[in-house]
Order: sequence, then structure tokens, then C-alpha cells
Amino acid sequence: MMQTRLPKAQGLYSPDNEHDNCGIGFVANIKGKPSNDIVMRGLEVLRNMDHRGATGADNSTGDGAGLLMQIPHEFIVDVLKLNVGPKGKYGTGLVFLPKDELEANVCIEALTRNIETEGLTLLGYRDVPVDKSAPGEIAKTTEPIIKQVFVKANLELDALERKLFIVRKLAEKEIRESNLKYKDGFYQPSFSAKTIIYKGMLTPDQLRDYYLDFKNEKFKSAIALVHSRFSTNTFPTWDLAQPFRIVAHNGEINTVKGNRLWMQAREGLMKSEVFGEDLKKILPVIQPGKSDSASFDNVLEFLHMTGRSLPHSLCMMIPESFNQKNPIPESLKAFYEYHSTIMEPWDGPASMVFSDGRYIGGTLDRNGLRPSRYVITKNDLIVMGSEVGVQTFKAEEIKEKGRLRPGKILLVDTQLGIIIPDEEVKDQLSRRNPYQMWLKENRMMMKDIKVKKRRPSSIENFEMYSKVFGFSKEDMYEIIQPMSQNGVEPTGSMGNDAPPAVFSDKPKRFFDYFKQMFAQVTNPPIDPIREGLVMALTNYIGSLHSNILDENPQHCKLIKFTEPLLTNTDIGKIKDLKDEMFSHKKVQMMFPVKEGLKGFEKAIERMLSEAESAVDEKKNYILLTDKIVSEELAPIPSLLAVAAVHHHLIKKQKRMQVGIIVETGEAREVNHFALLLGFGASVINPYMAYAAIDHIVKEGKLDIEYKEARKNYMKAVNKGLLKVFSKMGISTLRSYHGAQIFEAIGVSQEIIDKYFTGTTTKIGGVGIQEICQEATMFHQEGFKEDNAPEPFRFESNGNYAWRKNGEHHAWNPETIGLLQWATRTNDYEKYKEFSRLVDEQNKKPSFIRSCFNFKKNPIPIEEVEPIEEIMKRFVTGAMSYGSISKEAHEALAVTMNTIGGRSNTGEGGEDPARFGTLKNSKIKQVASGRFGVTNNYLTNAEELQIKIAQGAKPGEGGQLPGFKVNKIIAKTRNSTPGITLISPPPHHDIYSIEDLAQLIYDLKITNPRAKVSVKLVSEDGVGTIAAGVSKAFSDVIIIAGADGGTGASPASSIKHAGLPVELGIAETQQTLVLNNLRGRVKLQVDGQLKNGRDVIALACLGGEEFGFSTSALIVLGCIMMRKCHMNTCPAGIATQDKSLRKRFIGKSDFTVNYFKFIAQEIREYLAEMGFRKFDEIVGRTDLLEVNKEVTNWKMKTVDFSKLLYLPKEAQDVDIHNTHPNTQDTKDHLDYELIRDAKKALNGAEKVWISKSIVNVDRTVGAMLSGEVSKRYGEAGLPEDTINTTFHGTAGQSFGAFLVKGVTFRLEGDTNDYIGKGLSGGKIVVVPPVGSTFKPEKNIIIGNTSFYGATNGEAYIRGVAGERFCVRNSGAKAVIEGTGDHCCEYMTGGRVVVLGKTGRNFAAGMSGGIAYVLDENGDFDYYCNKGLVDLTPVEDKADIKELQTMINNHLLNTQSTLASKILTRWEEYLPQFVKVIPFEYKKVLEEQKLKELKRKLQLTEDDPSRHE
Amino acid sequence: MGDPKGFMTVPRIEAGYRPVNERVYDYGEVEQTLNENDRKLQASRCMDCGIPFCHWGCPVGSKIPEWQDAVYRGEKAEAYYILHSTNSFPEITGRVCPAPCEKSCVLAIHEEAVTIRENECATVEQAFEAGIVVANPPKTRTGKKVAVIGSGPAGLSAADLLNRAGHLVTVFEKNDAIGGLLRYGIPDFKLNKRVIDRRLELFVEEGIIFKPNVNVGVDISKEDLLKKFDAVLLAIGAEKPRDLPVEGRDLDGVHFAMDFLMQQNKVVAGQTIKRGTKITAKNKNVLVIGGGDTGSDCVGTSIRQSAKSVTQIEILPKPPKKRVNNNPWPYWPDTLRTSSSHKEGCERRWSLSTKRFIGQDGKLKQVELVKVEWNKDENGRWNMTEVPGTTEIIDVDLVLLSMGFTQPVHEGLLSDIGVEYDQRGNVKVDNKKQSSVAKVFAAGDAEKGASLVVHAIEAGKVAAKNMDAFLREE
Repeated sequence: MMQTRLPKAQGLYSPDNEHDNCGIGFVANIKGKPSNDIVMRGLEVLRNMDHRGATGADNSTGDGAGLLMQIPHEFIVDVLKLNVGPKGKYGTGLVFLPKDELEANVCIEALTRNIETEGLTLLGYRDVPVDKSAPGEIAKTTEPIIKQVFVKANLELDALERKLFIVRKLAEKEIRESNLKYKDGFYQPSFSAKTIIYKGMLTPDQLRDYYLDFKNEKFKSAIALVHSRFSTNTFPTWDLAQPFRIVAHNGEINTVKGNRLWMQAREGLMKSEVFGEDLKKILPVIQPGKSDSASFDNVLEFLHMTGRSLPHSLCMMIPESFNQKNPIPESLKAFYEYHSTIMEPWDGPASMVFSDGRYIGGTLDRNGLRPSRYVITKNDLIVMGSEVGVQTFKAEEIKEKGRLRPGKILLVDTQLGIIIPDEEVKDQLSRRNPYQMWLKENRMMMKDIKVKKRRPSSIENFEMYSKVFGFSKEDMYEIIQPMSQNGVEPTGSMGNDAPPAVFSDKPKRFFDYFKQMFAQVTNPPIDPIREGLVMALTNYIGSLHSNILDENPQHCKLIKFTEPLLTNTDIGKIKDLKDEMFSHKKVQMMFPVKEGLKGFEKAIERMLSEAESAVDEKKNYILLTDKIVSEELAPIPSLLAVAAVHHHLIKKQKRMQVGIIVETGEAREVNHFALLLGFGASVINPYMAYAAIDHIVKEGKLDIEYKEARKNYMKAVNKGLLKVFSKMGISTLRSYHGAQIFEAIGVSQEIIDKYFTGTTTKIGGVGIQEICQEATMFHQEGFKEDNAPEPFRFESNGNYAWRKNGEHHAWNPETIGLLQWATRTNDYEKYKEFSRLVDEQNKKPSFIRSCFNFKKNPIPIEEVEPIEEIMKRFVTGAMSYGSISKEAHEALAVTMNTIGGRSNTGEGGEDPARFGTLKNSKIKQVASGRFGVTNNYLTNAEELQIKIAQGAKPGEGGQLPGFKVNKIIAKTRNSTPGITLISPPPHHDIYSIEDLAQLIYDLKITNPRAKVSVKLVSEDGVGTIAAGVSKAFSDVIIIAGADGGTGASPASSIKHAGLPVELGIAETQQTLVLNNLRGRVKLQVDGQLKNGRDVIALACLGGEEFGFSTSALIVLGCIMMRKCHMNTCPAGIATQDKSLRKRFIGKSDFTVNYFKFIAQEIREYLAEMGFRKFDEIVGRTDLLEVNKEVTNWKMKTVDFSKLLYLPKEAQDVDIHNTHPNTQDTKDHLDYELIRDAKKALNGAEKVWISKSIVNVDRTVGAMLSGEVSKRYGEAGLPEDTINTTFHGTAGQSFGAFLVKGVTFRLEGDTNDYIGKGLSGGKIVVVPPVGSTFKPEKNIIIGNTSFYGATNGEAYIRGVAGERFCVRNSGAKAVIEGTGDHCCEYMTGGRVVVLGKTGRNFAAGMSGGIAYVLDENGDFDYYCNKGLVDLTPVEDKADIKELQTMINNHLLNTQSTLASKILTRWEEYLPQFVKVIPFEYKKVLEEQKLKELKRKLQLTEDDPSRHE
Repeated sequence: MGDPKGFMTVPRIEAGYRPVNERVYDYGEVEQTLNENDRKLQASRCMDCGIPFCHWGCPVGSKIPEWQDAVYRGEKAEAYYILHSTNSFPEITGRVCPAPCEKSCVLAIHEEAVTIRENECATVEQAFEAGIVVANPPKTRTGKKVAVIGSGPAGLSAADLLNRAGHLVTVFEKNDAIGGLLRYGIPDFKLNKRVIDRRLELFVEEGIIFKPNVNVGVDISKEDLLKKFDAVLLAIGAEKPRDLPVEGRDLDGVHFAMDFLMQQNKVVAGQTIKRGTKITAKNKNVLVIGGGDTGSDCVGTSIRQSAKSVTQIEILPKPPKKRVNNNPWPYWPDTLRTSSSHKEGCERRWSLSTKRFIGQDGKLKQVELVKVEWNKDENGRWNMTEVPGTTEIIDVDLVLLSMGFTQPVHEGLLSDIGVEYDQRGNVKVDNKKQSSVAKVFAAGDAEKGASLVVHAIEAGKVAAKNMDAFLREE
């Protein structure tokens, strides 16, 4: 039967998780002259970004494409012969209708009725002519009936537009609330007197062919705004195609859950001058069940319709960053700050193009992570798109080439025929009202409120409180103490092997039932340290958010907090405030413990009604407190209390009127604060944490005073919070607030629905009774009498380090002892003893997988495939040489090569001496740091693994401290010994799914024989991501459990981010099967796997390859010290210390034994279950039965049915990998290059080649370079052996992984990722001959250029986008101007910038040198001086180096700028600034000193010889 | 953790023993002690492992990393209290425990374990010296009465915890002094009896009632016992020694080790031994049969009694010096152990079986020994065979049988009460240490068979916890 939209939620699949990323763009005639040419160009732009979209399982259904344009009046009048009256006096729009004729009629009737009741005149409906053969097979199944509606009214344009809006909303609502079976088939792409939208479930080409209207010459518009979609699913959803009514969005709104809730909460308070009584007709603002982009569009349209201009509304929703690191006027900062009190940012990567028919423009979010390039021609055409080259123009036609910049708006007014620059737009906005004054007079800063009384940090009955709130010894001395000492969260290592809270028979804090979510693939996490300029922890309480539709000073009558933690004195200040605008009501988070469950439930009800009445009593904030603990009163878990109150008030539309202040003894670690804020708290006073610090100071365990300790602690919390936000790609607390970026594990649906509405919980779990019981257990502990007490001491509960009688850990003395014993003595019986113990202990339970039994149907074991076949499925995890020692790393490689499995280099390169030997790691990892990722490295792999996330710290970067980087590690990572190496949180070439597709393409082009795998971490929605990844042609997808190991991670990330692997793999399997994508990818799993049973259970859930890391290390001697991060591994594994490495007692034989044992055990299971081949059990959840005996007191309500769900599609489609995921690359330009360069490849003879190039030619040069690597290895060819000149606009990744001996010269411009992973080659880019614009003022190459370059040269005559030379470790590059974040994370090489740079220059730069021409003398401001020193260029060697590079630039590019500088050298030299990292300087000086010493020793006068 | 790199920079240093030629002339403790600073450095070697195998290996679950850290930081009280929280007698285990913790220490993989036992002993001694260890009587009394029968480590451990819980505890001891095996089984050169007395004084102050010289079942009837007390703990040990029923066993000069050791301890305690009952090694050729700890104690005691020669034989083969493959870390190592007594001059021989004792006029003169071989049969069981032609006869005046203990003495109290036994003849208990008889519990060697002091302490803890719950339930 026809399925109109996304499938309903089933099993672990939820349509809420669908993502899409895209290509967007527009074409416009600046003077507003309509033409069919503009429409055609719009369609062409789309086609030229085809590679950014995707197709479904049938390889012909597009994910969606569309075009927004002005209403083609001439066409309507002349061609359609409709009597619509004059332009602007009628409205029109397409209507999608259900295929079912009866229902279609009902929809039409409803629409007509609403048109009429709103007083408009219906002119009629037209059947829109379409070519039914154009869409793909899947799209055809849901193709709607498409009609066009025409109405008219004698209203002025804006009034008419509002009426049309009302009609659309009313019709929408009516159908949505109807009983129609196919109501999802009804959709109105637009209904306007200004614009019209054509779109569908189509590819760009199909869009052009589908709507026959396009072909008519009279079909004219001055603007064409287009969008093509890359979705993570293959479900036919015509309505999710973009553009929406006003915007097309490339990106993702990370905080959309919160934004939607806040919007809902605001509706009760709205009053509109323009709509008056009609306002309620257009509510709810947000149409339920649509995408994040659609919700964004809803709100934007609403704000615009209710009276704000488009730029104004956009600046409210995606404000640019306005902290002190941003060079914008104070008045504009005030504008943003004022509006931040009205609306929280819609946070996430966004490139938006928008239009209301007159204005057309684009904007980027504050991070600017999506590319947006534009070209303006001399004949008033503007073309903007995700890529440059989507429209080609002659060189002499071009007036200007530019790009959108983070937070900036480009606006074209087609009526006035002008382009309004960002400064002017913003200037106008900031003058609308005296915002600065309003803020000054109303907004109160926390620190400005006078202190009446200091509140002490200590608390009476500290011991009792600490027990009631469950403070353990680990909390005190492993969490709070280090935070108070060092101002950062403690670091841990290895994975989490303790059971999820619901599986633990110990009482747990309610916080522990929630896991942090994080960004992967479809949007990037942020680096909160190096890119701190976009981050903010500001929040407000007070008279917030009255009517957002009006603008007055009252809005900012509030208290501003610069951080979310309040001291005791601060909260005292608030309590003492007597201002009528700042009144509060106290609500006790306490329950009468003796009344048990009834008392608990009653207390929650009391809280809710008290909170509600606080609003009715016009209080400005609610103070939730649990400070009055007594034998009778026990605290309600603070998270439950906060979320319950927050959601209750939202439901009652009373949330916006109050702030929620939480005074709780429970919160102590970063995750607790993140949870409270994420579920609605505005500010928090953790009084017990302060009391604990006070206690530690008084004990003498901190050598600083309380005040400083508390400051450090708060700093650590702030930093930690920023890290938690940024792992989801969220920059500000304002947007994180209430955004619920968490999922629950082990909480019942009932609790979620009631108090945590909208949060995901997949296996059910604790209900109100269990929560009450846990709270009671902690309370009892606090009031237990000890008859002969010894002095008070905290006890460890074994959460982090194992303790007898503490929390269970799957790795413990027994399991480690037996495993080492068995594998060292090659004793299978001993192994079985180990394996039985693991199974036994797991049934406590520890893992979800241990809750199942296997169905039996025995066959003789001889019939089962041999262990050799099974062992091919085994891989070892990605552990870099650097995080583990050479001995351990090589032992694993030898093991896997011996058994036919695959080992993994990890992020850190590999010594080329290992290539081709038994020590070669078959899997070569490509991670965000790109350490050691050279062409030769890629060429020597069987599998290339893109690490998107890591289980122990998903969404976070890493850091290898300088002291760990010895000579050999530096060499394999193309760096200098002693220099800190930072891995950024995101891959800077993966901000979206289409970017990932591009990187996969890059890798497959570079090494066509290698498979590509993508490593994801289990979380809600990972299945949907995986679907997108498989559509991006990945061969293998790894679903890593969040329990995976690490060499160093913040302790809270190890414990609190991500989900167990079972949920991830099951969701992925189900989603891929639903999409019929499962057959084309292999699924690999890892996450604390130990034995055959683990493998079988995960195979039934969908895994077909299996990763082992911790267990393999344990076999090699690891004893779970959990001190990897300290370089003191006593087993000689996680260390580079020579003396410690001597302690390594592992042998590859041991690991070989281990894998043979597991394989043998798997065979035994297969025989027992009745299968001959492993493949036969993959995805067979029906072979798993829930073992009812595995349970505890909390688990009674846990339900695994979603996990074990087998979609009905499984009957018809593949449920395991059956065929390769082949991408057609036969048209790739490199095949020609390889042919033309034959002589060079075979005999190193020089060749010259010339080619024209367009933006669809991507990754040019990588395959050619791969051929060079294959023949000549790391060394490459002699310089300039293969000389190629290109003309035109190059596609993404131009010259990626180009090797030594290959020189690319491009006359034209390029898109993003030029010179990615440059491996010794040379790239020159110059504007084409005939250009008249000034190269040094115009953008010529895109974003993220020379990312991870290891060697080579680049000369670019023009300006680059953001992140020029990011993570460069060896290339020398000259450029004439750059965007933000230039030289970010650079560890080596040289960069010369002959012009202006953007903000945040040199962030995270730990090596190499940059020279910047600072003509304005303000470079200082733009540079992030965290790691670098700025000095004049004075050293002789430096001057020579700089001069030589500029000279080379001149020779290669004929740059007039370079020529000017060189000829006036004396004048220019003093204006150059040398940027050098401190660390690098030190290393260089040490090297010099060493060299000096060596020379001295050669002379007779060595002083050391005369002792 | 004191110093993350402590184990890399500080070598393991043992305090060592007093010189042999000095110590064999007295019964003072042979072990020396480090100065406070060196002790801290030794504690700094602890790595605070993610999995503290020591803590796992320790039968009482001592939180070793936690108090090592406290020792390193000079937090004497904290270190003591952590120690004391899992063990009522750290001063005793610190002296006599064979320290399974050290065998499981991660640093033991490379044979450089933290000196946990010595650190323990030093920690407690410092705590006593600093006046940290004081009586801590229970705040209230529950009104319940408990009888603990037997005052060895199991009984005392239970008595302490039950008393702290507020029950009124009476400890019965058939001997004239409290302490059981601690008192009379362990020689003073290993455990100065003042150490026991010091703890007992605290117990008395805390309200435990001690009744030495009371043989329950004889001096108090079983009925009285069960009537007067709400719960009874049998901690009577496994006193039945394994005998060697060969020809000549009844000759004068063949004794059980415990009789010999007990006598010496009483002498050191200042008591006089009745004429004619005295067992002495003076000027004798002594043969100790049995290679365990008790045997070793017999060696040291014989040497101090000026034996002419001391030989110790063991029926099992000589253990390897280092761990063999099949006996890996972190498990208890079956390796050769050499005590301070062994170093004082004795001959140790292995794989020898005793065929017969040869006497003259009822007095022991010689012993016939034979070499044995151990081989596995097809079921994997070890079988012993005598090696033909290896018989030898040696001159011996005193034989001390120290081949372990078989079970608790059934006669008297146990059979009176009527407890069930397990297969090995020990008192049968459930996991709550409860016997088959209502309100009667058992702990230590009596239910487990002869074992280490530290196991007895743990058994006492478990029993006390369950008895407390039992008493509260009533």
C-alpha cells in the first residue's frame, strides 16, 4: 500500500532521527529583471551540485530537489490564460494531494472552505502538468496528485500574504486533525502572492524534467532559489524536499528539540498587532512531524509574517557570535544581546538561503561550517551556491568572487536593484531601538547585585548530607578534588565496563540513567577550546519572554549570569532581592520518606502545582531546593524534579514567565549540571559540592584556599559544560538550555512521557516506584546509626576503580587472571573456564547481550565452517602507535595477519618499514588529526577507516602531549618530537553527510583497491546516520559501543556519553533493512567483546565483523591499571617510556591463541544452534530469546522487544552484506591523467599535460598520485616530473594527496579541500587570463584547504576561505588573504599570508611558522595567542625563508602583489609578523643548541674536555 | 596514589631480619622495621591500580591502595582506620600473614611487589604509638547476648564486630589465656604476645567479657549455653592434628608440633612446665616432619632451644623457585618459601616419606625415610610411589609432627550440640556461617579446616555480620 511519508517508529527506528544535508544555491538578477534564463540557470546550479545529493536503493530516486521563484505572472496570464488580475493581487501555490481521489477531494474541499471563510476568492485549481516517467521507482510509489491553486482578493500585498498564510495554516491543521487515511499526502509547498515553490522527491535532473512549466519561455523569475537533498533514508517523502516557504537550509539544527518546546511554551503569551484575533488561527507555529529545517522555516516565516523583516528574524534565530573575541560594533552586540533575551539561538551548522520574492540572500551560522560561495557578474547576475563553478562565466564577465562568512548575511534587494552588505544590514537592525540603553537600564548583572550577607560554604550535618546525596570517596577525591585543584575535569582511560544504572543492583543517582548525545557525520562537533570564540555560557532569569512579537525594554528586565553555577552567596543575593520584577517562590524537592511511594507521588504533584501557582502569583522565578533534609524528609532526585516542573509548565504554557533556579546537594559532576540545564534549569547552586570542597580544604588535601578551590571547580564545570555542548555542535548555553540532548537508558516510557517528554528511551526500565526506592535507600544510608563509629571517612563504591563489594566491573581480577592464564598456556579448557565465568558474571547482568539465550537446534560440529573462515571476521580496534607501545602495536598486527583478520593502525600513521611485512596493519585509519596520512600510507591499506567518533569520547578531540611525542612517533606522524599533537573534534572536511561522501570518494580514488569503512558510535539515531553513510558508498560501517576504551578521555565522557553497542547495532540493522540498504554494507561491532557468546549475540543483532581491543590488550598483559594517560603503564603497553616498555611480556602467540579459542567457541555455538555458516545467523534476532532469569530489582520493567524487532521487510530484502557498495568512477579525470602520464609513471620521464576542468571533477590527482606511490613509495618522483595545467573551476579535493613530483597548475578557481593531505606535490592556483578583478581581494579557493598536508608546496594567487592550512604538518604555502581559523592545529610547515586573515588565526597551532603581512597593524586581534608568540621577522634565516617563499610565489603565479612586496622589501618587511608556537620555538632552540654542542665537540676547544 | 612514578623510582626494600647470630638467642621478634620516611617511600610505590589485585587477593579485602596513599601522605589516622575497617587485627596480619596481597600485586609480575605486609605492620604500630588506637565502646547495647567459643582470630574477629554492633559478647577459652593459635601456636619471635594483649585490653575496655579456662561443654552445659545466649559462635579451630600412624609412633620423642610450640610459648610467657612433660630440642637431632608454616616454626624454636641439628622433611617434591606456567600471577604461587627460621640453619629435604620410627627402650633413636615420586595417573590425579632402593635411616632424637590438621575436635562440645559435619568433618555451615543447629554459627578453621589467620579473621567478620542480622531479626 502507498506509504506517503517516513515509516512510523518501529523497533529502534524512529523517524525523528532522519537527517538531511544538501546543496543549496540561488541565482538572481540584481536589478530584478525576470527571465526564464534565471530559472534555467537555477536548475543548472542544482544539476552541478548533483554529487552533493544522493539516490536511494533503486539508484534512481533522488532524495529531493526544489526551486523557489517569483510568481511567473506573465506565464499565468499569457500561457495559462488565467484571469488573475494584476500582479500582487492574487495568490497561488502548488498543492500535493493524496493519490486516493476521494481523500484528495476532501483535502481540496477543506482548502477551498478555508479560502472562502477567510474572505478570499477562489479562482480555481489547475492540474499541474508533469512528466510521470521522470521520478525514480521508489518516488513513483508515493507521487502525489499535484494541483495549483489560485485565489484573489482586493487587499494590499502584505495583507493578502497574511491571509494566504492563515488559510494555509488552517487547511494544514484541519487535515492534520482529520481522520483521513492518507492525510500525510496533503501538503502545500507554498501559498503566496510573491513566491512559488516547485519541488519533489526528485534528483536535480528529474526536477527539470518533471515539471513541464519550466520549459516555457514565459516562465520567468528574477530569482531562483534551489536546493538538493542528501537524506539519510530512502523513504519517499515528497514534502521533505526543500526549499520551504522562505528558506532552503543546508545543515542541521542540533537544539531543535529545545527550540520547539520553547516555541510551544511561548505561544500562550503571544499577541500580535498585525494578526489580532487571527493569531490563534496560525498556531501552533511549528507544524508537527516535520524536519528540523521545516520547523526553522515555520518559525522564521511566523516571525516575518508577524512583522519583523527577514534579516531581523534571521538574526534572532541564528545570531552571530558576539562575545569579546568578535570584531563587531557595540551597538550590534547590544542588538544581539537584547534579542538573546527573547529567543534562544537555533544552534547548529547552517547555511541558509532565503527569499520572500523581493529580497534574496544567504547567511551562515556563527561557526560557518557550510561552504557558500558567490559570483557577481558585470551584467548584474549573482550566483550563490554550496560550490563555486555551478555556473560558468567568462573571466572578463566576473566582477567579484566571494564567500559568505560566519554569522554574516548577504542580501540582495531586487526591487532597488542593489546588494546590501552585511555591515549595512546589521547597522540598520542595531538602530531599530536604543538596545544599548535598554540593556543598561534593565538588565542586571549578577555581580552588580549587592551582597547583604555572605553565606558560608560549609553545611551542618555534612556527613549525613554526603550520605543522603551519595557522595563517595571517588566523587570526593577523584572528581571534586582534581576539579578544585586544577580547574579541569579529571582524565581517565580504558573503557567503561560497569553495567548501566538499571542493570546495577546498587542504588544509583537518577542522573546515571541518562546519556549525553553527540554529533556524528550529519553535523560536526565543535572544539570548545580552540574555537572558544563562538561559545557562550550566558543565561538569564527574571521577567523573561513575555510576548515575543513585540519589542520593548521590559524584555531585558532580568538578571544576567555569565555562568550557570551560583555560589551560596549568589543565591542568597537572589533570595534577598526585593525588586518586584525579581520575586521568587521556593518549592521543596522533598518527599515524606515514611509515606513511601504515595508520599513520593504526592510530593511531585505538590511541586507541580506550587510551580504553577508561582506563575499565577506572578513570581519571576522558582527556587527548587532540597536543602532541608531530615529524618522525615528525603530529597526527590533533582533531575526528576527539574524536568517535571519544566515540562509541566510548558504543557500549561506557563514556562516562559519564570526562571528555574535549582538549589541542590545532589549535583557534583559536569554531567549532572549538563542534565539539569538540558532539562530546564536556568542556574544551579550545588551547595553540597561547595561543602565538599570546603571539607577537602579543611582536611588539608588541597594546598589552596577554599575560594580559589571553588573558583577552579566552577571553571572546571564551565569548561566541562562547553565540552558537553560542543560535542553536539552546540555553542551556547542559551540554546542548550532545555534542549534535552540526552537519551535515557533504563527509564520507563511512562516516566519519560510524563516528565521528560520527547526524550528517547528504548528498553524501558525504572518507574516511579524504583526511583522512589532508590531515593529512599540513599536517605536511609544517611540516617543509619553506627553504634561504634570511627572518625568519618568517605567510602569508595568502586565506580571507577574496582572494589570488592563495589560496583561490578566486567574486567576484574578473576576474568583477567583466567584469560591471561588460558592464552599464555594455550589451554582451551582454561579459556572455557574464563568464558563460563564471563557468561556467569554478565548475567548479573552487565550487558544487554547477556539477557538473551540462543535458540537451539543442534547439528554435528564437523559441519560448521572452520575457524579460519570465522577468524576473517575479527579485527583489532584502532589503537595508535603512540597511545600504545611499538611492541604492543606490532604484536597485534602480527596476530591479525597470522589469523587472517585485520589490525588497525589507529590515528597516528605507520612506519613505512612495516608496509608489505607481517607487521603491516591492514586497516589504516583516517581520523580528524590526519597524522601520518600520506598518499603512500593510504596506498598500502586493505581498508581505510574513517573514524567519525570513538566510544570513550564521542564528539571530542584528543591530544597527544608533547612529552609523549618521541622521535619515532614524530616521524610516523610527520611532526617534530616534543610538540603536542591535537586531534580536532570534527574532521574539518566532514561537516555533513555529503562531505563524508566526498571523503569516501577521495579515499576510494586514492586507493581503489581498498575498502572504506566508517566508524560510528552507538547512540539514538545511529541507524539513520548509517543509512546515509551506506548511501555515501562506505563498504563497512562500524558501530562502536560507547563502552570502548581510550588512552585518555575526560572521566565523564567515558561514563556518560553514548549507548551500549547492542542498541546501536540493532537500530542500524533495522534501519538498513527498512531502507533496503543492508545488502550493500558490512556491519562491524565492538564494545567490550570477550568471548564467543558475545559474538553470537551481536551477530544475531546484525553484526558480521567483530572488533576486539581491551581483551586483546589484556591477553598481551594489560591489567586495567587505567593509567594510560599518565604514561606509567606498568605492563609496557600504553607507554613510550623505555624502562616501562621492557616490562611488556605479551607475545603475538597469545593473541593468536585467544582468537582461535573464540572462533572455536563460535563454532560450538553455531553447531548448537544448527547453522553451518556464520552468515546465516547475521541479523537473525528471532534466534534470541529473552532470558527471564537475568534480572534484578530494578529491571522488572525492562523490555527488549524493540531491540529484538525484525522489520517485516527482512523477509524480502538482504539482512546481511551480499554485494559490494560500488560507486561508479569510470569518468574520473585521473584515468586520463594516468594515461597521459604513462612515461612519467613508468620511467620517471617528464611530461606536460593540459586539461579543462569543472566543479564536478572532484579529487583530481589522487589516483594518479596513488599510482606514483605504488611504484615509488614514500619518495615519489623527482620535482616537477608530471606537470599538469587545468583551466576552469575545479571540484572539491583538487590535488588531494598529491605526491612529490606532481605539479598542478590551475587557472580558474577551486572548491573546498584543495590540497587535502598534500603529500609532497605542488599546487598553483591563479585567476584565469582575462580576469579584471583584483585577485588579492577575491576568493579563489574554498574552505579547509591543505587539510592534513604533510609535505609539498602551494602558491595561491587570491584569497582562501576558512581554515587555510588546517592541521598542516609540513607543506609550504603562500596565499594572499584568508578566512577564519587559518593555520588551525598546524604542527609543521610554513605559511605566508600576504593580506588580511580572519579571526582565530593559529588556534591550536603547536608547530610550524606563519608569516603574516599585517598592513593594518591589527593582526594581534585576529590571532588566537593561546599557543603562539608574535614577533617581528628579524632573524636572518627567517627573512631569507620569507623572501624565498614570496619569490617562489611570484615565479609561480606572477602575482602583482608579490612583485610589489619584493620590490619594496624595506618598506614591507617590518610589516610582517612571525607567528611561532612557544613549544616549537623551544624545540627549535634546543635543536640549535644541540647542533652547536655537536660542532663544539668537533673542535679542540670543547670546554667539557678540560675538566 | 602517592606518586604515579613511585614504582619506577623507588625499589622494593624489605626491612629484613635481625642478624641470625643475634636473634637465635632470644624469642624477640626477628623482623626489623624501616624508618618512617622510607616507609612512606615504600607506600608511594603503590600504583592505585584500576583493578587492585592486592585488594582482591587479600582475604579480608583490605583497601590496600587507599591506605598506601594515606601512609604516603603521612595521614596516620586515616591509614589506620582504613586498615581497621576491614580487619580487627591489622597488627597481627601485619606480622604473620603470608600476604597473598603481595603475590597478587601488579608489581609482583616483575617480582617487586609493594611491601604491603610490612607497611601494614608499620602503619598500626605508628597508630598505637601516636595514640590513635583507643577503645571505642558501643554507644548503646542491644540487650542481646552472644557467646563466642574459642578465642582465636575467628572468634575474636567476630567478638569485636558483634560487640561494636552493641551485643554483649562473652568469649570462652578453654586455655588459660586468650588468643587461641595466635597465643600458643605462633612463636614469639614472629609475634610478640604483647601485641595480642594490647588489643585485648581495648576489647575489655570496650566491654567484651573474656572467660579463659572455661571448657564449654564441660564447665558449662550445652543447655545452659543455649539458654543464656541469644546466639553462639563456634570458633574452636581445627585442632585435630594429622597423625603419622607408622611403626614406632608411640616412641618417646615423637610429638605433635603444637604441643612443642605451645610449651615454648608458655615458657616465654613466664609459666613453668610440669616436670616430666617437657619437650625440648636441646642438644638433640630434631626431625620436623611437614614442610609448612608450623614446621618452620618448629625449626626456629628448636634452633632457639639449641638443638644439635634440625632437619625438616616434606613428602611433596621441592617447589620451584619461580612460578611455573600453570601457576600464573595473580594466583597464589606454589613456589619455594623460605622463612626466617630456615635461614637460621636447618637442612630441608623434599620427596621423603617416613617409613618408621626406630627406638631403643621406648625412646626414639632413628627414623627410616624413603624417597618418593609423584606422577599423574590417567585421570590427572597425583599418585605417589616409593622409589626402590632409596631407603635411608637417620639418627633422630626428637620428631615433631607438623603435617597439618584434619578437623575440629568432635568429641565434647560439637557432638553435644549436635551440629552436622561436612565431608571433611568440619562443622557444616551455610553461606551465613549458620550451622544446622538453631542460633549456632561457626567460623574459622572449625568450619573451613585449618587455614591462614587472615581467613579466620574474614570468617569471623562474615559470621558477625550474619549473626547481627539474625539477632536484629529476632
